[in-house]
Amino acid sequence: MRLLEYQAKQLFSEFGIKVPDGLTSKDIEQGRKDAEKLGFPFVIKSQVPVGGRGKAGAIQKCQNLDEFELKYPQILERVVKGEKARAILLEKIMDYRKELYLSLFLNRGKRCYTLISSSQGGVEIESVKNQVIREIGMGDVEREVCEEVAKEIGLGGNSITEFVDLVQKLSKLTIEKEAELVEINPVAVLDDGSLLALDGKMIIDDNSMFRHDELKKFLEISELEQKAEKSGFSLVELDGNIAVVGNGAGLVMSTLDMLSDNGGKPACFLDVGGGATTESVYEALTLISKMKKVKGILVNLYGGIVKTTTVASAFLQAYENKLIDLPVFARMLGSESEKSKEMLKGSKTKLFDSVEEAINAAVIGVSKHG
Amino acid sequence: MVNLFDILRGKEGDNDYGKKPVIVQGITGKFGSDHTRQMISYGTNIAAGVTPGKGGQKFDGVPIYNTVEEAVKATGSNISILFVPAKFFLGAAKEALNAGVKLLVAIPEHVPIRDVMTLLELAKKNDAVIIGPNTPGIIIPGIIKVGIMPASAFKAGSIAVISKSGTLMYEVSHNVSSASFGENITLGIGGDPINGTSLVEAFDMIKQDPNLQGIVVVGEIGGDAEELFAQHVIDTKFSKPIVAYIAGRAAPKEKRMGHAGAIVYGNYGSAESKVAMFTKANIPVAKRPVEIPMLLAGKLETKV
Repeated sequence: MRLLEYQAKQLFSEFGIKVPDGLTSKDIEQGRKDAEKLGFPFVIKSQVPVGGRGKAGAIQKCQNLDEFELKYPQILERVVKGEKARAILLEKIMDYRKELYLSLFLNRGKRCYTLISSSQGGVEIESVKNQVIREIGMGDVEREVCEEVAKEIGLGGNSITEFVDLVQKLSKLTIEKEAELVEINPVAVLDDGSLLALDGKMIIDDNSMFRHDELKKFLEISELEQKAEKSGFSLVELDGNIAVVGNGAGLVMSTLDMLSDNGGKPACFLDVGGGATTESVYEALTLISKMKKVKGILVNLYGGIVKTTTVASAFLQAYENKLIDLPVFARMLGSESEKSKEMLKGSKTKLFDSVEEAINAAVIGVSKHG
Repeated sequence: MVNLFDILRGKEGDNDYGKKPVIVQGITGKFGSDHTRQMISYGTNIAAGVTPGKGGQKFDGVPIYNTVEEAVKATGSNISILFVPAKFFLGAAKEALNAGVKLLVAIPEHVPIRDVMTLLELAKKNDAVIIGPNTPGIIIPGIIKVGIMPASAFKAGSIAVISKSGTLMYEVSHNVSSASFGENITLGIGGDPINGTSLVEAFDMIKQDPNLQGIVVVGEIGGDAEELFAQHVIDTKFSKPIVAYIAGRAAPKEKRMGHAGAIVYGNYGSAESKVAMFTKANIPVAKRPVEIPMLLAGKLETKV
């Protein structure tokens, strides 16, 4: 789960990390009240789960009420990399003398957390040359390491103590909330040498959510994705018109690739999951039936933990209840696939021996009914 | 260095060569019981099951114990396959390692990253190997199956298949089997961000097998396991043919594609980055699973 800036900053505050004064609203009525409370000038910041807000004009300074009335609705409506604003953060403008970069992230290859810091903040870290990098085990950073890093990025005076304090609070936050990434970009060095988080990004391990009830209030997934999660399958909505259904994330991704290579446009990625039942697959078909853009369904199954007959039964039920009336192109292999073929004989599901054939038929079939 | 064949098949001359005893943790659960039957029918020597509170009972003739410790004592087994919900994973896995299990095949999906990292510290201390979590397991075709894979995809042969994904491992092995190569071992490392055994480690555990003629690596977007593997192949100057496949080329960025680990941030974890490294290591990358046997054949030919 990726937290929005204001959500990350809320957690920063709870852990004693300083952030600028700010208020979050979802509509202009609340925004006006926030503006009055905060006082001009301030920054209007769109809350979207992607980077690149500055360039997209989704962060703007605001000097007075006239500007506010003009800019607030604009920023609320602005789409950044396909994402609409979830909320608007109004935040006090800070005076500072320098911007730094700081993050802790899960290094998958090394199986440990890694601290990255730089004296150049406020730009994308990929483009920063002088990064200071330290591997830090399970996420707990020792005082000595923090001091070393502080000096390497050119801090002096009381900023060193401030930096040690900031990193230790950040590592405590990372460990307690089971984050895969916590990033502050930029960290502002104020005139008095103290440090403050001007931005915040956090990615929480979804699989740890069962022991983090306190974070559930931040959970924001589409209704479709929510239903999918409840039924134990994973769904990613895409822009095309052919729904791709299968068992196992790898197999479904592979099917998506091949469909795209052959000129097809996937409407969604749907992995029925290892615990699929006829009911849950039926639920998946219900979701697909509600996606207006879908003109055909491509099914690729390799039965293992999930039997192909489980899926075949769900399709038969869906036809019987007139839930779906779309052409279905399927390939089924693995456990009980012969029986599945028998079951689906004479139904609207066209079965193919190879994935390639099923994909070609789906691309041609769907473009015909366009 | 650990040799997976020594643990799973044993050494020639061992009394239990090819019949190594295996423990099933969670043997009476829905998946545990179903797959225990399938493993037994494949010929795996399932020697004991563990379900707390059901000690003394039997499951299809297999004795059940309350703890892994009792099961290990009674059977001498050091291999366990684990079927428990993710919430209980860490406790059950620790119990296995503390009881002397040296190879733990961890089936559950959705295990928190921190729990895997904690377990890995213990595994290091105990000299134990964790395969998974979120893995379909390991199979040495014709000898032993410790996992949930459908047996029909596999045929005894000389190609090793190492995969992040479960069903793609079946798909690819099915292709390798159909092309009459067959597999000498096939294992899933799991689709999570942190794997108990990494791609590089899995490779190191199987590469010394004298019957091995080639390797297929089935990767997917997310993380840098494939890049590290390609670099390792370059560094160790491994000379047998390797062919790769990467799933997820068409996936959007910053979206988790079913597997917890299948997510691209910027260039980190992208298919392009992986393909580039494989190319550097002279490892051809198939565009579709069905191309894999052809690429293998080509590689084996140039070898001869």
